[in-house]
Amino acid sequence: MANIDIDSRAAQLGIDWSQVNLDSIHLPPGEDFGIQSDDEGVYHDDQLEFDTGFGNIIVVDNLPVVPKAKFEKLENVLKKIYNQLGVIKENGLWMPVDPDTGVTLGYCFIEFNTPQEAQNAKEKTHGYKLDKSHIFAVNMFDDFDRLMNVKEEWEAPQTKPYVPGENLQKWLTDEKARDQLVIRSGPDTEVLWNDPRQKNTEPVHKRPYWTESYVQWSPLGTYLVTLHKQGAAVWGGADTFTRLMRYQHNMVKLVDFSPGEKYLVTYHSQEPSNPRDASKVEIKVFDVRTGRMMRDFKGSADEFSIGGPGGVAGASWPVFRWGGGKEDKYFAKLSKNTISVYETETFGLIDKKSMKVDNVVDICWSPTDSILSLFVPEQGGGNQPAKVALVQIPSKVELRQKNLFSVSDCKMYWQSSGEYLAVKVDRYTKTKKSTYSGFELFRIKERDIPIEVLELDNKNDKIIAFAWEPKGHRFAVIHGDQPRPDVSFYTMKTAQHGGRVTKLGTLKAKQANALFWSPSGKYIILAGLKNFNGQLEFFNVDEMETMATTEHFMATDIEWDPTGRYVATAVTSVHEMENGFTVWSFNGKLLYRVLKDHFFQLAWRPRPASFLSPEKEEEIAKNLKKYSKKYEAEDQDVSLLLSEQDREKRKALKEEWEKWVMQWKSLHEEEKLERQNLRDGEISDEEEDDEEAKEVKEVEFEDVIDVTEEIVQE
Amino acid sequence: MRRSSPCDKERAFKEKMRPILMKGHERPLTFLRYNRDGDMLFSCAKDHTPTLWYADNGERHGTFRGHNGAVWCCDVSRDSLRLITGSADQSAKLWDVKTGQQLFSFKFGSPARSVDFALGDKLAVITTDPFMERTSAIHVKRIAEDPEDQVSESVLVLESPNGRKRINRAVWGPLNQTIVSGGEDAVLRIWDAETGKLLKESDSEVGHKNTITSLTKSADDSHFITGSLDKTAKACLWDMRTLTLLKTYVSGVPVNAVSMSPLLDHVVLGGGQDASAVTTTDHRAGKFEAKFYDKILQEEIGGVKGHFGPINALAFNPDGKSFSSGGEDGYVRLHHFDSDYFNIRI
Repeated sequence: MANIDIDSRAAQLGIDWSQVNLDSIHLPPGEDFGIQSDDEGVYHDDQLEFDTGFGNIIVVDNLPVVPKAKFEKLENVLKKIYNQLGVIKENGLWMPVDPDTGVTLGYCFIEFNTPQEAQNAKEKTHGYKLDKSHIFAVNMFDDFDRLMNVKEEWEAPQTKPYVPGENLQKWLTDEKARDQLVIRSGPDTEVLWNDPRQKNTEPVHKRPYWTESYVQWSPLGTYLVTLHKQGAAVWGGADTFTRLMRYQHNMVKLVDFSPGEKYLVTYHSQEPSNPRDASKVEIKVFDVRTGRMMRDFKGSADEFSIGGPGGVAGASWPVFRWGGGKEDKYFAKLSKNTISVYETETFGLIDKKSMKVDNVVDICWSPTDSILSLFVPEQGGGNQPAKVALVQIPSKVELRQKNLFSVSDCKMYWQSSGEYLAVKVDRYTKTKKSTYSGFELFRIKERDIPIEVLELDNKNDKIIAFAWEPKGHRFAVIHGDQPRPDVSFYTMKTAQHGGRVTKLGTLKAKQANALFWSPSGKYIILAGLKNFNGQLEFFNVDEMETMATTEHFMATDIEWDPTGRYVATAVTSVHEMENGFTVWSFNGKLLYRVLKDHFFQLAWRPRPASFLSPEKEEEIAKNLKKYSKKYEAEDQDVSLLLSEQDREKRKALKEEWEKWVMQWKSLHEEEKLERQNLRDGEISDEEEDDEEAKEVKEVEFEDVIDVTEEIVQE
Repeated sequence: MRRSSPCDKERAFKEKMRPILMKGHERPLTFLRYNRDGDMLFSCAKDHTPTLWYADNGERHGTFRGHNGAVWCCDVSRDSLRLITGSADQSAKLWDVKTGQQLFSFKFGSPARSVDFALGDKLAVITTDPFMERTSAIHVKRIAEDPEDQVSESVLVLESPNGRKRINRAVWGPLNQTIVSGGEDAVLRIWDAETGKLLKESDSEVGHKNTITSLTKSADDSHFITGSLDKTAKACLWDMRTLTLLKTYVSGVPVNAVSMSPLLDHVVLGGGQDASAVTTTDHRAGKFEAKFYDKILQEEIGGVKGHFGPINALAFNPDGKSFSSGGEDGYVRLHHFDSDYFNIRI
């Protein structure tokens, strides 16, 4: 609006313009009525893009010195090299020349779009041989300042005072020798102490949205790993859970630790936009403690899945199987016709090449030694037999091999201390219409690795589950027909027969489809999950007797604590109701239940292996009575205290309730008349003889019982 | 009765406490109500005919014919002469209990979900469902002494602030001064019964997280208990000033019905897996069990199994010596407690 307009308008409205104090007029905050402010500051809305430094510039030295005629050619060569590594900014390559002669000075500046590209270009081309006499020396422009200011005299670097790290294994020193477990329910992830004495859990750490998919303990229990969009993170510490390290890997889906928890393998797969393409897979291997990425693997899912293309969508996890015991020396990958074994010193292939094994479909490491077992199925319609072989790593020497005929499938099971390997062999019957199963048992620690063939009493029984006793010589098999299969126990070693497998016994018609050995052996749970609705049988294999039969209705998961003292059974959110977990003692006594809606996961914190020698452990087992006395006394004290506390708590609750009832009663009394009025003056029976009724109560019960019994008799 | 609290002491009481099965309805039960003397039991079901039973032996006394839709709720007057029922046929009807004759019919534009007589039986509160463009509402009707004088006008109509969500239950507060309602939006509300003003809402932090399915007052009107699909039942201090949460009972399954013993400090919860999922799972998966809890200690003390579908209705006899449950399976099960029940100590 021009000034004239304003004046005329003011005149129209009869306002004396000169008397209006413009400064007294304020617009309501945040409202400008569409009037543009002419304040200087407002025009600075469009932020200028400032160069934040020279971090994206590199200096390339040791270039050939060329005359003007060859300047363009050299420039093109440089552009060609560096364009592969990043986007050079427009006019971003500047090669200074001697102003007198027009000859280049042997160096140039290159400006990239981002500092990351510059860094990458520096790393990749430092030391690049253009020809014999010209080896690139590449530096970041920013580094020049720093390098120029180096002091002439050498200064001893300051020694930082030693900061002791947190004791990451403090949980093992718990006075009550309890174990920890992690659970996820709803948005929360919680770490809890299992406190069987208090018949409850004690919280350690709780955090909502701690992870975006799941959590996992490291194999020795030191770390808890959480997954996020940006990557994985490990948590741990002495008293509470603090973040110890992060591993950048966008959209990480799965993680896996090496058995000695030195390395973390992360996995991510990208669904292809075209469904016919294989999905893209990226796997990274990190050093857990330093957080450094040691190696990454990229490729299409086909290269990482077993059985060749068209088999499984995505890779079967874990892609890399760790071997070589707790030293984390080797890891192996199976792909079509090859087994690639990497060693962790260089993160390269052993002998720089993969092993060629035609049609290999399965590999399995010994849990303690660097021995790899592999299975090759039948070829050429039975002309070439199937084969199970043991290969020593890194020598790649075949220790033992066995050819098997008319085989449909094999499954390999290592015993936890690497002493035995059981191979379940499914063979075709003569008609080829059905299969039957047997076992090939390898004794790894004996000379020449003898193999024994075991067939079940009834050859045609289907095998439903198989499990080795941890650290022991026994194994259990569920075999036979659903819904009531049999469970048999065998031992590899008996007093009479040193080296022969012997059957210990068979339990007939059990409602079981899964086996869960205690980590310390001797005890086993025969579980009927899924169709069997959570039947549990706690069985002592030493005595061959059932300790308890019980049920955790609809249980989906069963996990022993690392010491073999307690078992947790859980109903996860695959079912809608009764979500939560139950903790039992090893002999099937129910200790406590925890109900949690939307229950997803339960995992006990593993413990590292004991430092005690087997002899020492045996000695302790022998003198168990001596040691257990102390704990029994403690248990007694706690249970006394607990019942005392319980009584107190109940008393308090009762008192609180009584108090509330009294308070309400007095109010009720006050309102008595009003109530009567509402009822047209009728007095309620309850109010007439409130006190009397109470006293009569006990007597009344007696009467009632008589009445009900008569009814039943009718 | 199954005692569940001390796990090793678990015992089956099945043989002793044999329930009386009352098969009179052809469709799932919806509501059960004892009269004040405890000799009559009224049952409502989706099969249009509320039924009256002898509460002692379970014999059928008679039916109330006239509704043309599922009957959701009923209430009986203090003198046991009048019955009021709310039905999906968009009406609430007054009945003469003696003759079974219909006395009056309140017409609404949407199904009537719950009914409750006030102290003195001169007022009744009726809730209606959201239907077409109507929102859920609470109606207060004056009940005339002589049915001839009965009028259908409402004394007061309360609109829920969350009207598209169904109000499942509304009952009278002490001295008829307030009305308490709960429904699909999981919020308990206390209204002034005179002015219709909203006085208080339950705290969403401590309250239910899912649809409130049922609301039952204690015998002395001092507090009430609510059950919800969020698998808990909560007892709330029944006070127009506080609406304080006193106790929570966790059941692990959706709760459809709740009741409190007038005699002992016990509450009972009934419910189970949603009826639509029953056929796909094992019959034991549903947990169609009436669960008993100690009211003060909030500990589960036992359960009564038997229904072959979710429990939709529960009621205690006013003498506290028997209770009945109504299920999706169409049965009413009448249980007279045995001596063990009265000797439960935890």
